Amino acid sequence: MPECTFGRAIDLAIEHAMARDATIVLIGEDVPMLRAPLVARFGTGRVLAAPISEAAFLGAAAGAAMGGLRPVVELYMVDFIGVGLDAVLNHMAKLDTFSGGGWRCPVLIRAPSGGGYGDGGQHGQSLWGMLAAIPGLTVVVPSTPADAYGLTATALGHDGPVVLFESKLLSAEWLEFLGRGARDSVTFDVPPAGARGAVEPGATVPLGQAAVRRQGGDLTIAAVAVGVHRALEAADRLAAKGIECEVIDLRSLRPLDRRTVVESVRRTSRLLVADEDYVAYGLAGELAAVALEAGLTPRYARVCLEDTLPYARHLEAAALPNVERIIAAALRLTD
Amino acid sequence: MHPDLYRQMLRARAYEVAVADLWRRGLISGEMHLGTGEEAVAAGVVTHLRDGDGLALAHRCSPPLVVRGVPLVRMLRELLGKPDGLGHGRAGHMHLFSREHLAGSSGVVGASLPMGAGLALAASRLRPRRIAVAFTGDGALNQGMALETLNLAVAWNLPLLVVCIDNRWAIATRSADVSGGEPGERAAAFGWQTARVDGRDVLAVHAAAQTLIGRLRKGRKPAFLLATCPRLDGHFLGDPMLRMARQPLTDGRELLGEVAGAATRKGGDLLRRVGGVLRMTRLLVQARAGAERDGRGDPLQQARDAMARDPEVRDRIEHEVHDEIASALEAALIDTPGGVDA
Repeated sequence: MPECTFGRAIDLAIEHAMARDATIVLIGEDVPMLRAPLVARFGTGRVLAAPISEAAFLGAAAGAAMGGLRPVVELYMVDFIGVGLDAVLNHMAKLDTFSGGGWRCPVLIRAPSGGGYGDGGQHGQSLWGMLAAIPGLTVVVPSTPADAYGLTATALGHDGPVVLFESKLLSAEWLEFLGRGARDSVTFDVPPAGARGAVEPGATVPLGQAAVRRQGGDLTIAAVAVGVHRALEAADRLAAKGIECEVIDLRSLRPLDRRTVVESVRRTSRLLVADEDYVAYGLAGELAAVALEAGLTPRYARVCLEDTLPYARHLEAAALPNVERIIAAALRLTD
Repeated sequence: MHPDLYRQMLRARAYEVAVADLWRRGLISGEMHLGTGEEAVAAGVVTHLRDGDGLALAHRCSPPLVVRGVPLVRMLRELLGKPDGLGHGRAGHMHLFSREHLAGSSGVVGASLPMGAGLALAASRLRPRRIAVAFTGDGALNQGMALETLNLAVAWNLPLLVVCIDNRWAIATRSADVSGGEPGERAAAFGWQTARVDGRDVLAVHAAAQTLIGRLRKGRKPAFLLATCPRLDGHFLGDPMLRMARQPLTDGRELLGEVAGAATRKGGDLLRRVGGVLRMTRLLVQARAGAERDGRGDPLQQARDAMARDPEVRDRIEHEVHDEIASALEAALIDTPGGVDA
């Protein structure tokens, strides 16, 4: 199996799908430059440069999907979905219901997300909780190149709208473009297993199926994206203290693999959520509800983003769900 | 040439040159969009502002803030992520705000227009004869919120001046490739009073802004100033397109390899593929041409030439600005290992 970067894995899945399915078109700002190889292979008729008009090109993607195309829409960052949220919230996500189930809206939104490179609170948000709250949307958040490829491939065969989160900290291409800019004078805390890995062409990952990345009986840690790698590092260190963590990579937030979470929490009686998204009204609270609805009353903690992501690198590192914060919360749950 | 206009342009440029150095040293994180090339527009417009006027800015916000008189040390401290920066180190360079100057900025393209409209509304209710100025770019005028503001400001007859800095780019795409019509014509169609100037010519900008702002203070309808100027440092520092354009054989090698590989694989319509590759090549040529700093393209050089008749004043201004920026840098780097000399 060839190795590649996280971002390249998504590119590959899109290229493979475009070669197979002539109805897939790619839309986004600067895509002729950012995705030049796709222009060279598929031409400007299928790789469309968009003006800086998120509301229009997201809305047009919804319409194009209604008309028979399968648009892939690239946002520069998920933060900018705010500009065009109506298309996602009120149109893509509603078509299935409003048409009585006969008309689907197959749009894939590729949304770079997250902080860790000091770009400030308007360019480092995660927002998957907000989006996963919307019925009719599918939301996937890979943490490895293999899952990035597999979930993208699955999404491109799915008949409804999908938001694919691409953590910029895992994506070497974005990190170079937005963070490093050919400098040697900056460093980033990149989890190596998330940034580069084996990818099997053609392999898909099913929606709504979590992956247990580490087994343990004392504490369940649920996470996505960069949070998975932070949780695994924390679990290594906690094992040295005699605490065995089970680390669940949710991979897909809507649909959510409730069963894997519930079965784990039933055994450990402790649930910790490590989430780079905002703490309130999001994934962390949702998982608590999942446990309660299953009749479980685990000890519970959440390590999330508490406030607007700060710009200064040291403040940002402290605000993100880092290994130290996860360990501290785990120790409180297991004391 | 009015000496103060030259001074303000020089301050804006010297500030950005200092920022670029801090960025290269790794002391500034994330994207850093310089306003080099926009100094004549900033100086020509912002020197007309008074206390109580609002200022709405985009991600290339430094030149107007420098000219507006926002303390340089506090701006630099923000970029360095320090607790005594403008935003206490929590905001960053795209998000500089100074309540004292009624000045705000945004990293969301297009957002300065509605922000400016709101500042203008507040001025019209609370501060007679005060106005708001929104700086934006040609690429941003394709945002819905920008186009909606072109209507809203007329509907409410707001004292708003929109300064559209036309550098022909929408991030890494040529504006013309993704735009219909021309920015000034769009505004005129909504009923704005419009003017167009060479944004490298500070006197022309200053005169045009004086006329438009003067009318706004008397209650005339919103005004739109289109100013063309170069983008000297690409979209942001480290812009890969600019690097590729300047050194295609080293910085462009990987991408060119990928493009060549993709071009040989089975794919779409041949004409569309060739057309796309040609367009990319043209982009690189244009990126390089737009970033030529020497000669007639640089507004600062033009202003300096215009000062040649008064070399003593020019030299004094240059010394004073040099000292001002140097001491601001020194103060900003007081707790940075190595300070200004690292």
